[in-house]
Amino acid sequence: MIGLAACIYLLFNGRIMGASGIVGSLVDRTAGSGAVERIIFLAGLVGAPLLMAFVVVVPPTNLTDNILVIVAGGVLVGLGTRIGNGCTSGHGVCGISRLSMRGLVATLCYLGAGFICVALLRHVWGII
Amino acid sequence: MRLLIALLSGGLFGTGLVIAGMTDTNKVQGWLDIFGAWDPTLAFVLGGAMLPMAVLWQVLRMRKQSHAILGDAIPQVNTSAPDKPLIIGAVLFGAGWGVAGLCPGPALASLSFGGMGGLYFLGAMLAGMVMAPSFKRMLS
Repeated sequence: MIGLAACIYLLFNGRIMGASGIVGSLVDRTAGSGAVERIIFLAGLVGAPLLMAFVVVVPPTNLTDNILVIVAGGVLVGLGTRIGNGCTSGHGVCGISRLSMRGLVATLCYLGAGFICVALLRHVWGII
Repeated sequence: MRLLIALLSGGLFGTGLVIAGMTDTNKVQGWLDIFGAWDPTLAFVLGGAMLPMAVLWQVLRMRKQSHAILGDAIPQVNTSAPDKPLIIGAVLFGAGWGVAGLCPGPALASLSFGGMGGLYFLGAMLAGMVMAPSFKRMLS
């Protein structure tokens, strides 16, 4: 379904389905005339799981209660995706699939950083 | 029509993320935990998402199609070499993904059922996005 969503967005609207780019361009006000389309995309992204929760049991997020961990993670994700121009959906799903060198390198970097981060936080420091 | 497509693909994306387990931080951190009890199942999710896109990119290339059905140009691939902002940004993002177990898509998809923690994460992520341009200027 994720791949299908990315296909439809590209094939009809000619847009790369990258979550951080869609949100970030609204934050930066660089979306221009594409702003409404992006807001509607986000409405679908937030709204569909909301409707889904009425029909099926949605698995919990199991997010930590530690507010410092949540905020640190959030700031790093926001900062990193905008400096590096993409996240899992943009660089990973849409980039690697078109054999983009930048998408591949970015994906290897964020996966590597994620592996090291979880190893340190879970097995060395026992925080998560 | 554009807006209908945007709503449809946003909705499919959100539903797919929830079904795939990308909104479950335990599952995501299990996928990133290669030195512990590694859970490789999300590799199939990411691979499964790339597959239809790889086919579509290939078809567009073979048909030399430069425009989407509703008229917009298909974005060109950025062929410039990976640079410092790309790598530093990706590393920071990966660290944040590991810390909290959420990336931008799932953070939004889980907004309606993720409780206050999910809201705090989104707020922090938006704050990070606001700060990003000044950091990026420092890098280049």
